[in-house]
Amino acid sequence: MRRTLLGSAVILMLGLTGCANAGGSPGAGSGKPVVIGVSLSLDGDFSGDGKALQQGYDLWAADINARGGLLGRKVQLKYVNDASSTQQVVTNYQNLITRDRVDLTFGPFSSLLTIPASEIAARYGYAFPEPAGGGPHVFDRGLKNVFFVQPAPVVDNLVSYAKWLLALPADQRPKTAAYATEDDPFTQPQVDRARSLLEAAGVQTVSNKVYPAETTDFTPLALAVAQSHADVVVLGTQLPDAIAFIQTFEQQHYSPKSLVETTGPDQGAQFSDKIGTANTEGLLVPAGWWPDAKTTANDQFVKGFLAKYGGDAASISADAAEAYSVGEVVQQAVGRTNSLDNAKLIQAMHSGTFSTIQGNMAFDATGQPNGQSFLVQWQHGQTVPVYPPAVAVAKPEYPKPSWQ
Amino acid sequence: MSGLAVEAAALGVLTGGVYALMASGLTLIFGVMRIINVGHGALVVLGAYLSFVLFRQWHIDPFLGLVVTMPVMFGLGVVLELVFIRPLRTDREALSVLVTYALALGIEGVLGLAFSANFQQLSVWYESAGVQVGDFHVAYVYGFGFLLSVAMLSGLGLLLTRTTFGAAVRATMLNRAAAQLIGIDVAMISAIAFGIGMATAAAGGVVFGITTAFNPGSHYDLISRLLTIIVLGGLGSFRGAIVAAVLMLVVQDVTAVLWSPTWAAFTFFALLTLVLVARPQGLYGMRVRE
Repeated sequence: MRRTLLGSAVILMLGLTGCANAGGSPGAGSGKPVVIGVSLSLDGDFSGDGKALQQGYDLWAADINARGGLLGRKVQLKYVNDASSTQQVVTNYQNLITRDRVDLTFGPFSSLLTIPASEIAARYGYAFPEPAGGGPHVFDRGLKNVFFVQPAPVVDNLVSYAKWLLALPADQRPKTAAYATEDDPFTQPQVDRARSLLEAAGVQTVSNKVYPAETTDFTPLALAVAQSHADVVVLGTQLPDAIAFIQTFEQQHYSPKSLVETTGPDQGAQFSDKIGTANTEGLLVPAGWWPDAKTTANDQFVKGFLAKYGGDAASISADAAEAYSVGEVVQQAVGRTNSLDNAKLIQAMHSGTFSTIQGNMAFDATGQPNGQSFLVQWQHGQTVPVYPPAVAVAKPEYPKPSWQ
Repeated sequence: MSGLAVEAAALGVLTGGVYALMASGLTLIFGVMRIINVGHGALVVLGAYLSFVLFRQWHIDPFLGLVVTMPVMFGLGVVLELVFIRPLRTDREALSVLVTYALALGIEGVLGLAFSANFQQLSVWYESAGVQVGDFHVAYVYGFGFLLSVAMLSGLGLLLTRTTFGAAVRATMLNRAAAQLIGIDVAMISAIAFGIGMATAAAGGVVFGITTAFNPGSHYDLISRLLTIIVLGGLGSFRGAIVAAVLMLVVQDVTAVLWSPTWAAFTFFALLTLVLVARPQGLYGMRVRE
């Protein structure tokens, strides 16, 4: 009996505490900070990217707070770790919105996590600007609250690459290509799109492998690509497989004329340290941002980043720039509506152009950006845009040099 | 195409040897202590980080560094056994899963604080250099890893079959209660077995750290593979761990290159299911009457 009574008392106390929390609205009172809830992958497969997003978000918060915050209130970021899990990310946003009652939400890393997370945000009417979920399935579910803050829809990321290859003089144009990609909603659509463009132009597919995202041993896959002796290689990778494929190619003395990876070469020193800076020469990656871009406030972002985190400009991950841009878009939407009301912010983000360190961008009805991504190449230890010519600052190196 | 299959099979044998080494610690711990150490993957990752520290700070070759990391991991294993495993008196098998999972999360958290979530890798000269065999280039690291596994597993085999300590370990594996009755210090044997298990994790961690970019969260995928290996081989069996590891890697690698990586895991698990239907105790496991 005593145990029952004690249990009831504990439940009652917990209930009362819950009511007390529910009664207090963090949004009330101008002295309270604006709390922004974010689920980040601080462990698991995406932990490298999760950390980089955190750097970008933190830097934006520090910058905006130095300028007086949002509507005169300080910005406070509330991070929770989703360990790269699609289940955990759902729980996290559910808790951030219903229990913590955050004012705004920012997105996690990857299309994989953005897809379930944005459903939760939509259920509660929250705007969901996000830095890294650009796969086609993010936009085909009829949601109005998602805004992908990168210059171009992900599915088109490798279009520039295909166009560049096909624009090469006929005697240099590749005859064969090999493809390998994770079965991930971010990587696979890009590789499929590039393959259809190249096949349509007569570039023969000599190897095409799709592997589960949980694969840890990439050597046999890389071996299959190496043995195909393809002229060019297109890989749908995240950072660990981006590194593993290159290492096996190097072991097998297989150096294709051109190698593009969806992610990896855009991760700065995290990438170049692992494969050796000399081996980065000529590697390609689609990108929407690069350290020397002449976009609004980019130089301040780079300077601020280096002051806060150290390193050099080449070591800054594009993830950080994308996260920072999410903050910029929200800051402008809040400024235009003079409100933190999520319905008003969603409306504002669907209209008008936003200035970010990745360039100006606008969003269509599904939240896709309207710009174009470009092709970045490692040249002499740095990444530089090489295609299309309008943004290029250097000529693309082709064929890429052999491994060192 | 058949050439590619042979290469994939060869690669499977070489990497399978390394997985056998990692799984041997897990199967030893189960055999002696009747606990399922789901933290074993995290211990392998910890071993990789220890080698990484020696390599980065003092430029000590990761294989040579085992002279330091294996005793350190052995000592740590004894301490962890005393603090976390020994207090489990009842329902050891079930509780040990929770305790060792907590241990894995703890190790992951500490490594995350110390090294951040960034991926690391042990970049050594023999990671890309190697020998040409036909069309296939075998990186030295796979050969070194395989030789290390053979040496360590043979050493472990000799220790278990040719020494008094080994006899005590085998007696404990066969029947814990009876071993205690004939005067074997089962508690001490358990602590030492846990230490040896961790020392093999350190050795496996070196090869894992050279061939794979790792971060503190890398243990999840690793432990699922290691558990599968010891279930197929038979819980508590060394020979089983070796055969199962090689079988798993060969089947998966050959399926991946000849057919599709998407079907690689499926093919292996289909095989595993068939084996378990025919032999529920695994390839070399023993049916135990409790």
